[in-house]
Amino acid sequence: MCRLALKTASKPFSPYDVLTAMEAMQEGYDGSGLGLVLRGVKFTDFTYRTQDPILSGIAHTEAAYHRLDAFMQEKGFQLKYDHEFDVDFKKIEAQDRYKYFLRVYKLPASWKTYAADEVEEQLMLNRLELRKNGEDHGGDLTVFSFWPDVVTIKEVGWPLGIGKALHLNDDRIEARVVMAQGRQNTNYGINLYACHPFFIQGIATMTNGENTAYVPIKELLTGMHYPGYIGYQSDSEVFTHILHYVHKRLKLPLETYKHVITPLKTEELNMHPQGDFLKGMRNVCRRMIIDGPNCVIGSLQDETCIMVQDHKKLRPGTVGGKKGEWAMASEMCGVDAMIPDRDRSHDFQPMRENTVIIPPDRKEMKIWSQFDPYPLPQVA
Amino acid sequence: MVSIRSIPSTPSSLTHLDLQWIIKHREDRFTLCGRCTSVCPKEAIFLTYRRQRMPKLDILKKKRSSEYRTFTGIRQRTEPANRCIGCGMCATVCPNEAIGPEPNPNDPRVRLLHNDKGEAWKRGGRRNFRGSLLDRIMFTRISMLTDPALDAGRHEFQLNTLLGRVLSPEEFLRRKATGGWIPPVREIFPFIIGSMSFGALSPNMWLGLLQGVAYCNEVLGIPVVMATGEGGCPPWVLKSPYLKYIILQIASGYFGWDEIIRAIPDMQCDPAAIEIKYGQGAKPGDGGLLMWFKVSKLIARLRGVPEGVDLPSPPVHQTLYSIEESVMKMIQSLSMAWGFRVPVYPKISGSTSAKSVLNNLVRNPYASALMIDGVDGGTGAAYNVSMDATGHPIASNLRECYLDLVAQGKQNEIPLFAAGGVGKNGNVTQNGLALIMLGASGVHIGKYMMQSAAGCLGSEQNRCNVCNLGICPKGITSQNTKLYRRLDPDQVAERVADTFMAISTEMRKVLAPLGRSQSLPIGMSDAIGIDDAAAAEKLQIKYIC
Ligand code: SF4
Ligand code: SF4
Repeated sequence: MCRLALKTASKPFSPYDVLTAMEAMQEGYDGSGLGLVLRGVKFTDFTYRTQDPILSGIAHTEAAYHRLDAFMQEKGFQLKYDHEFDVDFKKIEAQDRYKYFLRVYKLPASWKTYAADEVEEQLMLNRLELRKNGEDHGGDLTVFSFWPDVVTIKEVGWPLGIGKALHLNDDRIEARVVMAQGRQNTNYGINLYACHPFFIQGIATMTNGENTAYVPIKELLTGMHYPGYIGYQSDSEVFTHILHYVHKRLKLPLETYKHVITPLKTEELNMHPQGDFLKGMRNVCRRMIIDGPNCVIGSLQDETCIMVQDHKKLRPGTVGGKKGEWAMASEMCGVDAMIPDRDRSHDFQPMRENTVIIPPDRKEMKIWSQFDPYPLPQVA
Repeated sequence: MVSIRSIPSTPSSLTHLDLQWIIKHREDRFTLCGRCTSVCPKEAIFLTYRRQRMPKLDILKKKRSSEYRTFTGIRQRTEPANRCIGCGMCATVCPNEAIGPEPNPNDPRVRLLHNDKGEAWKRGGRRNFRGSLLDRIMFTRISMLTDPALDAGRHEFQLNTLLGRVLSPEEFLRRKATGGWIPPVREIFPFIIGSMSFGALSPNMWLGLLQGVAYCNEVLGIPVVMATGEGGCPPWVLKSPYLKYIILQIASGYFGWDEIIRAIPDMQCDPAAIEIKYGQGAKPGDGGLLMWFKVSKLIARLRGVPEGVDLPSPPVHQTLYSIEESVMKMIQSLSMAWGFRVPVYPKISGSTSAKSVLNNLVRNPYASALMIDGVDGGTGAAYNVSMDATGHPIASNLRECYLDLVAQGKQNEIPLFAAGGVGKNGNVTQNGLALIMLGASGVHIGKYMMQSAAGCLGSEQNRCNVCNLGICPKGITSQNTKLYRRLDPDQVAERVADTFMAISTEMRKVLAPLGRSQSLPIGMSDAIGIDDAAAAEKLQIKYIC
């Protein structure tokens, strides 16, 4: 099982804090890898403007690193900052690591005329092109994300060990949202792309559990022929893509996600004030119904954080915190470790109908129920 | 050696050893009650006087001789028209277990003589092939440690499926916002009672099925629907609230549709769906065929024809010029008849051309589904050669169509229904779920329902299979009152309920260890495997051994 930890705070903090918190949850995990997504990023060596995209990944050879450089230059991206990790390669299990890159770019001048949608599309296509470039060269280049204000780090090994190897405790990077996951996908072959959190166009999710409806969902997403819906080295990647599809492409309110992945039963929808619409949604999104024990933790571009559970088997998941600072984790001890000084009586473990939201203002935890009225006017 | 002419032998003469079923009787148990001979639907046996030699030895006179005794015994007729069909009714009625048919283990020559007077062999029933690829598909992805299995008895399972055209989410939202037409979609149980016409089935059978279906829906909460087959629907059903459980079929003879159309203004509810039959798995290229002796007064009234005439439907719809035209005319006009509130879908026989039909339907916004009937489908009457050798097995046909939809991203939009051999050896849930995991949204079951709910005696060993002759010994497929009174509709209804309760339990028993409960696992091909490498490759599932 994967251990999951998310911390969101109004004041930026070091990702290393979350890694140490994960140590509290070490029982029952294999600690085979680390996936980290940071938002609301602050560099001590550089004043970052949030609209500039950050490219995160690993160059496995020098040649790949140069190819990356050339590629970005040719596309017209202007390098503004290249974060030099202080890496202790001896502490990294994998041998073929040339450079962990984390680079801030300025958008090409020719993109000035692009609408926001177009910029988002192009950023994704650029990431995919780079990924393909790496795959075409024997996998010598791994690109995790290319998006404003998002940093992704993934590596094989014990999470805290990786944190130490990359010297994440040197406080040179801080963030307002940190998502961390402590396992490589050991159900299948080890592949850096198979490690959560998964990312697409500003949306990131991580999951613990097995999605038994994976194959039909994957086939549906693949059949959409949308360029970003690729990969699927892990059964959990579909959760990210469904959230992206519902929220970003269908442009439906966030409440819809839960109604898509675990819709209410017909009898329940018959009583629901917007039951007719939701029944229709359930039919048209039927192939996106998930199954299996899953707890999904996600974050959006505006730093909203969410947690949802599957409909039945409910992997553990707890949310707790206080005004300005919240934590979500797969174990209660993980929340304890991230925010010890909170009122524990307000901790919440979402049930099958709940979506837990921490809005960007971080004032309070919101709990939505699928039985609540659905914001239909927003859809129209 | 005697001259050949002194032996009663013609090219068509047979002995009882040439028949497929040989009657075994035990004289020591005979009471001469005559029940077997009177119940036999084929008049295959008769009571006759026999003579038996009793050897006699007179020791004192040192003489051997014979005495003869006369007794009444059973004799089996050998003319093909009266051949024993192995139905076993004689055994059923025998108070003494004195008689019964046994399959002939040798090669029965009778099959070479089923063409008397140039008439090729026609029969009812099934394909007479016991093999089943579906029986070999196993559910191999078991949830254990990576995710806990479910409890089939305690957890809640969503077993239903959708029948009807499903829009893409984008189109659904667009139409919702603009008040556009949302195609009708029915939530139904994925095992559907396949089309068997009111003419083919006896009134008691039909009534029993309908009662059972209503009970499943209204008491058990299992939303079972049944299809009528060609030939209409009794007027009292058309105007009843039970019509919502019925899929009305329109086929090339259009039999019964005057009555249906006239009843529309009086209908209390809409039918579950309309099935347009273009083909049937058991006899592709043939229309329906109701033999004259099944065209009773009631059937004649329903179909709007004179009594006692053969009712062959044309092999194709008369209006059919091209698939585009047919789809346009038939689907649209039938949708229109019910104000676009009823799903309308075509049924075709399994064929290598199924994909082309499907691709046409994908482009037709009114087509609600596609039903493919494989070669193992049953029928009330067909030529033996059609049944045995014409058509396409369902598994690969369905899979190809499903994968074609997947490639287009349309698998949620046009549901595929499959039929033909589901439960042919009794493994109805296994077969149905295998097809669902290969991509079917549901399956139609006909023969299995007759066997399970009404005690049909037919088997793939060519047992009985005389549904075409109106002599159904169980009263299932006969319009002869004497025969169909044997069948109690209430008991059929009870068995329908038993059958669906058991299928629903078995579905949970399969889905629980697969870790699936939230939706029917349509296309969950990672969960199944087969012990045949070539089949596994063709179906794109795992090879297991
Ligand atoms: S098995 Fe059926 S057909 Fe054969 S003799 Fe008995 S009753 Fe007649
Ligand atoms: S019992 Fe009736 S329905 Fe069954 S095979 Fe025989 S004739 Fe046909």
